[in-house]
Amino acid sequence: MSPGLRWRKFVSGFMLTMTGVCAAVAVSVLFFILGYLVYHGGTSISWNFFTKLPAPVGEAGGGMANAIVGSAKLLLLASLIGVPIGFFGAIYLAEFSGGTVAFIVRYAADLLNGVPSIVIGIFAYSLVVLPFKHFSTLAGGCALGLMMIPITLRSTEEFLRAVPGTLREGAMALGASKWKTIGTVIVPAAYRGILTAVLLAFARVAGETAPLLFTAFGNRFWSPGWNQPTASLPVMIFTYAIAPYEDWHRQAWAAGLVLLGLILVINIVARAILSRGIAVPRS
Amino acid sequence: MATSTTTVPSAGPVAGSRSFLSRIREGDEIARMITFLFAASVVLITLLLVFELWQGSVLPRHKFGFNFFRTSVWDPIFDQFGALPFIYGTLVTAGVSLLIAVPLGIGAAIFLAELAPARVSDTLEFFIDLLAAVPSVIYGLLGVFIVVPLMRQYIQPGLKHTLGFLPLFQGPAYGVGFLTAGIVLAIMVIPYIISVSREILLSVPRDQREAALSLGSTRWEATWKVVVPFARGGILGSIFLALARALGETMAVTMVIGNTPTISASLFSPGYSIAAVIANEFTEATGDLYLQSLIELGLVLFILTFILNGLARLLIVATSQKGAGMGHT
Repeated sequence: MSPGLRWRKFVSGFMLTMTGVCAAVAVSVLFFILGYLVYHGGTSISWNFFTKLPAPVGEAGGGMANAIVGSAKLLLLASLIGVPIGFFGAIYLAEFSGGTVAFIVRYAADLLNGVPSIVIGIFAYSLVVLPFKHFSTLAGGCALGLMMIPITLRSTEEFLRAVPGTLREGAMALGASKWKTIGTVIVPAAYRGILTAVLLAFARVAGETAPLLFTAFGNRFWSPGWNQPTASLPVMIFTYAIAPYEDWHRQAWAAGLVLLGLILVINIVARAILSRGIAVPRS
Repeated sequence: MATSTTTVPSAGPVAGSRSFLSRIREGDEIARMITFLFAASVVLITLLLVFELWQGSVLPRHKFGFNFFRTSVWDPIFDQFGALPFIYGTLVTAGVSLLIAVPLGIGAAIFLAELAPARVSDTLEFFIDLLAAVPSVIYGLLGVFIVVPLMRQYIQPGLKHTLGFLPLFQGPAYGVGFLTAGIVLAIMVIPYIISVSREILLSVPRDQREAALSLGSTRWEATWKVVVPFARGGILGSIFLALARALGETMAVTMVIGNTPTISASLFSPGYSIAAVIANEFTEATGDLYLQSLIELGLVLFILTFILNGLARLLIVATSQKGAGMGHT
């Protein structure tokens, strides 16, 4: 072997090893994050965390029951806004529209998807908080719902399009009208994909903090109804982490563990649902 | 965004051949209109978003004009608002993050697409997807309690020792600052670079590799001189995508950047970013001019990410079509 070739082979082996190191570093970050959260959060999580209100400043103990309920309410509202618009919009894109209109809708959805979450917060602020004149669960839910729309829309459309054309033709050849074909054949055929899309969109907004800062704001007590400021897990993590109290830091870790656990479980479940479904191209 | 290659021929002509009345009776036209309303609302929302941002930032646009971006006094008491320190902080942290994330991300993508067996690659990609799902406030939490102490005690003193002659690495080690924010951002955007670049590399036609190998190039040469250049556009797209994320990222940056409006050559210096100042001051903004100045900052972020995302999409679609156009993959 000539020295030149030996050198080239060495470079090849070295660089390829380096790419492996890069991949290992990138993936190990996930396990660092999980490890730290389990280590710090696991030791500070307790029954009180789920059942008690936050303790007054300076007092140890207390929990985040109001933030957990607040997050649940926000996410419910977000789903009520994001899922129908995303789902029916996707049906229009995949089944009814042609050319220009579809292009514009897709363009708008991609644009909305790329908007930084803090800007979505400003938008929801001027849309809901300003007219009602105070922070509310409603405003926070709207902000999160707006973020869910484009994610649900685009991936649902992909899954609807992946349904084989022969199914459509078969149903219509039997005399079914188009909406019957969609309702009884196409959507059922794509339901795993659609469920995955909805779950992933849900998981994505579940951890969003920035749009809640000035829409749902925060609250150290229960927030009755939909028209009051409310606490939420992500915002609690933020405020507790940057506060100077040791006890709050522990609770921030616990909240982080709960939030990340929830998000990762939803992600894994969503992918498991999809992988057992019909063969669809990866989106 | 990547449209599936198996586009199904729509049943349009069949439906179109029936009369309008019969379509109404069978519900097709009604279903079409209802779903159209939902689809149209997406466009409406987007337009409304642009309108609100534009309308909400009239005052500072009229009062400061272009000086808003050139001056660095941010004084709510005297109603003076100059955004330069925030713009500087945003660009510097995003720049630092790309310097770290691009080599690491592309390296990892090459490993996943070119070297790893399909099963390993898919498993690792699954972890990368999970990493992309970690919310930014969690990165902030780890940033505050893990990265900041690490920076203050080891990394910043170490850099000062070795590279301290550069103005970049001078000044006291606070832990928080541009460098820390950049590192946390890098960790956050790496998954985006990996996922998109991997897809792009996988779409490079196989014969490109085989041709290079058959001409006697080593595996690395085939990858670096043939496959990567072929995928160049799409990889650049993934970098733009990551840059857009990094510019708009709020929580993690807010928690580790130090929140002090400074323009300093030193990366150790605490700074401020556009998203962070909006997050911190929006609820406290008293007076219309103050609030509207913050909204104008939001508008700036919107325009930046809009341009970057658009470019990224074009590049990625063009590159993956180039691969598909060559036939077999």
